[in-house]
Amino acid sequence: MYDLIVIGGGPAGLAAACSAWGKGLRRILIVERDKELGGILNQCIHNGFGLHYFKEELTGPEYAGRFIKMLGDTGVEVRLDTMVLTVTPDRQVHMVGKDTGYRVEEARTIILAMGCRERTRGAIAIPGQRPAGIFTAGAAQRYVNMEGWLPGRRVVILGSGDIGLIMARRMTLEGAEVLACVEVMPYSGGLNRNIVQCLRDYDIPLYLSHTVTDIKGRDRVEQVVVSRVDAHRRPIPGTEMVFDCDTLLLSVGLIPENELTRQAGAAMDPRTSGAVVYENMETSLPGVFACGNVAHVHDLVDFVTAESQRAGQSAADYVLGRTGGEEEALEVCTGDGVSYTVPQRIRPGRVDKSCPLFFRVNRVCGDSEILVRSGETQLACFSREHLAPGEMERIVLPRILLDRADERITVSIREVVSQ
Amino acid sequence: MKELICIVCPKGCHLQVDEDRNYAVSGNSCPRGEEYGRMELTHPTRVVTSTVRCTGGAHPRCPVKTEGPIPKELIFQAVRCLDGVELTAPVRTGDVVVADVCGTGVPFVATRDL
Repeated sequence: MYDLIVIGGGPAGLAAACSAWGKGLRRILIVERDKELGGILNQCIHNGFGLHYFKEELTGPEYAGRFIKMLGDTGVEVRLDTMVLTVTPDRQVHMVGKDTGYRVEEARTIILAMGCRERTRGAIAIPGQRPAGIFTAGAAQRYVNMEGWLPGRRVVILGSGDIGLIMARRMTLEGAEVLACVEVMPYSGGLNRNIVQCLRDYDIPLYLSHTVTDIKGRDRVEQVVVSRVDAHRRPIPGTEMVFDCDTLLLSVGLIPENELTRQAGAAMDPRTSGAVVYENMETSLPGVFACGNVAHVHDLVDFVTAESQRAGQSAADYVLGRTGGEEEALEVCTGDGVSYTVPQRIRPGRVDKSCPLFFRVNRVCGDSEILVRSGETQLACFSREHLAPGEMERIVLPRILLDRADERITVSIREVVSQ
Repeated sequence: MKELICIVCPKGCHLQVDEDRNYAVSGNSCPRGEEYGRMELTHPTRVVTSTVRCTGGAHPRCPVKTEGPIPKELIFQAVRCLDGVELTAPVRTGDVVVADVCGTGVPFVATRDL
């Protein structure tokens, strides 16, 4: 019987396991399906990771390397090349591994840290022919950065998520020509800094409110047709632009990878596509926690680390019987302008001093106030100069405020109209 | 007055830089942003990351970065100087891969163990 089984050895799993060890758990197992730890950070060779956590700017492999080293100083057991097939509500983990075969392990707690995967052409139903040369941006990133293949020479990128922007620069530096980055929304889905240093630095045009409406090519992509869209994201006939290219990269969103979570019977939140979690990252299944991109898609690995450390600590508290406090939970509701929150439920009795709350807005806002209300009572108000769906927001709710709330709290955005 | 988006960290502050007032920066929320705003208009620099061939390791490519920022106009020259560089495992994070990138005095270093 393990104290803790962590599913996934990426940044979330690594931080969770290290933190649980630090808080006193000793029988910990990380199960990772790849042949090495580090997860997707291994292929994110660009810099910009770790500014919050390490106070320096690291590349993805460096960030992962630091945690792998920290883990090496613990007694945490790691099983690589091992795929988890099933998690049961009573915390049995069925797994199959190259060296260990089929095993069923039992644990007092489980941390789900499986991360997310990319949406594909099928998920967004792009019309046209089905030639080779259409990749998700992350797949292309792995080919270029880890395996040493250039997936194409003339590239169009659909979607302006961060991976797409990063790959626009990467393909350019490797000698490919990136003709356009096309985004269906009127704003970019990526971080502002990536628009600047990945597109503008290399004069790559960004077409907002545009989408791919046709793909042509028999064996390999030959042309991609891009059209402007109206306010309802419907293509406008007559606005077609034809790009002669051999490659289309898709950076059209990430989906938390929750097959195991659903199968285990945890309550899910359609807004995050992750499990509903409490203030300590516990799911509706007692002793089962979720953190990182499997709970909600983050922009910054630093925040994944912080959240996963909390999950690791919570798992340790659970095993060591330190989880006192009232069970009564507040439901966190999404008000105007807010598309989701994590956590979705807060037990004020379990909150020590304060509870961080993450959320995303559903539109670009200028000067705004983030309002936290319970019924008619305003509990807190935070101001921001700028809010965008591509940038996750974080507020901290002190325990004293939570104690004043009744049943549910609502987070909403109010844009401050300048005079 | 020039408007810039700060790229020092993922926050992406909206900066205003006044060329006529000795590149005075506003809109930044940290000292690094002020430095970026001034530098970006006078002498823009970037950290460059790429990969080099590596034999004998778990992967055929080893990721590298310039250990510090280099002038923006040297980016393409910098990645070109990695052509033909071949490492042999074991490689350690921080190992120097190219000692001096295009006369800047800044090295390319490995960013993972392999």
